[in-house]
Amino acid sequence: MSYSFDWSSIPGALPYLWHGARITLEITALAILVGIVWGTVLAVMRLSGHALLAAFAALYVNLFRSVPLLMVILWFFLIVPAALRALFGEGMPDIRLTSAFVAFSLFEAAYYAEIMRAGIQSVPKGQLSSALALGLTRGQAMRLVVLPQAFRNMTPLLLTQAIILFQDTSLVYVIGLADFFGAAYKVGDRDGRIVELLMFAGAAYFVVCFAASLAVRRLHSRVASP
Amino acid sequence: MISIRNVSKWYGSFRVLTGCSTEVRKGEVVVVCGPSGSGKSTLIKCVNALEPFQEGEILVDGVSVGDTKTDLPKLRARVGMVFQHFELFPHMTVAQNLTLAQVKVLGRSPQAALEKGVKLLERVGLLAHRDKYPGQLSGGQQQRVAIARALSMDPIAMLFDEPTSALDPEMINEVLDVMVELAEEGMTMMVVTHEMGFARKVADRVIFMDGGTIVEDAHKDAFFAAPQSDRARLFLSKILHH
Amino acid sequence: MGGYHWNWGVFFQQVPSGGATYLDWFVQGVEWTLLVSAAGWAIALALGALLGVLRTVPSRALRGFAAAYVELFRNIPLLVQLFLWYFVVPELLPKALGDAIKGSPPLAQQFVAATLCLGLFTAARVCEQVRAGIESIARGQRAAGLALGLTLPQTYRFVLLPMAFRIILPPLTSEALNIIKNSSVVSTIGLIELSRQAQQLVDYSAQPYEAFIAVTIAYLVINAVVMYAMRWLEHRTRIPGYLVAAK
Repeated sequence: MSYSFDWSSIPGALPYLWHGARITLEITALAILVGIVWGTVLAVMRLSGHALLAAFAALYVNLFRSVPLLMVILWFFLIVPAALRALFGEGMPDIRLTSAFVAFSLFEAAYYAEIMRAGIQSVPKGQLSSALALGLTRGQAMRLVVLPQAFRNMTPLLLTQAIILFQDTSLVYVIGLADFFGAAYKVGDRDGRIVELLMFAGAAYFVVCFAASLAVRRLHSRVASP
Repeated sequence: MISIRNVSKWYGSFRVLTGCSTEVRKGEVVVVCGPSGSGKSTLIKCVNALEPFQEGEILVDGVSVGDTKTDLPKLRARVGMVFQHFELFPHMTVAQNLTLAQVKVLGRSPQAALEKGVKLLERVGLLAHRDKYPGQLSGGQQQRVAIARALSMDPIAMLFDEPTSALDPEMINEVLDVMVELAEEGMTMMVVTHEMGFARKVADRVIFMDGGTIVEDAHKDAFFAAPQSDRARLFLSKILHH
Repeated sequence: MGGYHWNWGVFFQQVPSGGATYLDWFVQGVEWTLLVSAAGWAIALALGALLGVLRTVPSRALRGFAAAYVELFRNIPLLVQLFLWYFVVPELLPKALGDAIKGSPPLAQQFVAATLCLGLFTAARVCEQVRAGIESIARGQRAAGLALGLTLPQTYRFVLLPMAFRIILPPLTSEALNIIKNSSVVSTIGLIELSRQAQQLVDYSAQPYEAFIAVTIAYLVINAVVMYAMRWLEHRTRIPGYLVAAK
């Protein structure tokens, strides 16, 4: 190995990297929140028995799941704003962060929808029947009886998807947003220390994701046991 | 033929077998019974080293099973085994199930293996099904194929691990009939089963296990006429009222 | 949408540098996407099967090694892994080898890094599927194979793997689709595959909607073709009478 390491540019860059990490976490958190809510709505629509709603949800989910996330990010960065600009005129502010929020939320919703659909289907049919027999409306039965159980059954999968989402946020690199990875790359590029910064970023992601996946596994074995 | 000497086995710190000793002589049929969790299936799986054991010794035709120098595939090829859930290979036809090990383990030619397989299928009355897949057969038929598969290796002894307990009641007899026939031909057999009718009919000895130990090991007449232990008496009365 | 001029004819126009149409660019993008995905998939399938087997063998050390591999490759973002392969690994290799890599044509460097990265990343996921497939049948089938005198490798080859692969065909289909989608990430190191071509078409042709719609449809079509191919394979390898649900 001919390379001589020099890690000295990392300590000074920590505040900048932390700023990037906050962007990573913001996108992750918002996309989880919106993704789960919108995804659950899509899942309910898909199982509603209403032909039009079910078809819309199916189309939405299949479209987003067939296209690379990177393409979706570009869609919402290059194409949708252009359309908006055509509608509302020029002079829009920096939309990189907003477009990333939107892209991740809508994209992740498709994946969460599939998880929630499986979750709803994992609840025995008798649960819905007995809730209806008690006089609850379909909506109430779904909200009060079926969905809580579906969430409980799917918690490990929802969390695993969240870890994947956390990793995927690094793709905002393609629209030049300085999330944690983007920040690390910029620092490395500036100081000619790409090797060190990339290894540092890789290690940081690994530590966070590995710890999180261990926690999910522990939770899973606790949920699965009783 | 099969000597089990003072065998003990642990799963971690949990002791599943304690000092088990018995002997199965050539041509003998020994039935092993006992409540579930008594260790009878574990013991029989120790005989062909599907389960390792930590203490004691098992000899099959003079070969030590626990010895690390023993060629286990070779030893297992000489001992036939029939499983509770049949364990036919689902992606192979009946004929392929019967020939795979003959070709791969014994080195027989595919034709010779098929000839042998056909003969055995005829014997268990399933020749017409030779090109079907296991999933297309009933449980009883699958278990008869499994017996034929084990016999195709020309084993010196046969081990049966609850061969009828996964079967619907109406299919039990077709399997037992094959086993009775085998016993009457003089095959050395060690059979874990709850079928006491089978034991009465063809067993030479009955071993009763409970809590990982061999509680009784007696000639079948003695066992059925007057079990020595309370646990065996309780077990027999429960079986009757089953 | 007010002033936009739709012009699907743009694909037949010459690109600014000449000698090719935008359609040629688009087709090249499709080709690179398929090439990188297919090469990566070959690595993923071979290595993933091997690792999946290792996850289920009696040896603790081998099981641990495979598990560590999976954790390492699953917990670092694909983009970071790609940059590590492309920018970092050549620096860490022995000097002569590293220099040889850095001296080779950029396209070759990009292709090798992209393929390796996608292959090794996806292998971790294939490994987990193979392991799950083996575990779903292993208890009884392994004993049955061994009891017949088959060696452990023979039991894997003739008994466990043929069945495990049939069982995991549906999840493998998703992984095959994933590697195609994931291949879009290699655009970041300059390989001009389909998604990079979309950006390039936007930059040069000034017809962004046509470019993006065409590329999106291309992904949909590739997806559909792979899915039907895998369905066909599932159908072809289906075993009469065998219900996956029964297990």
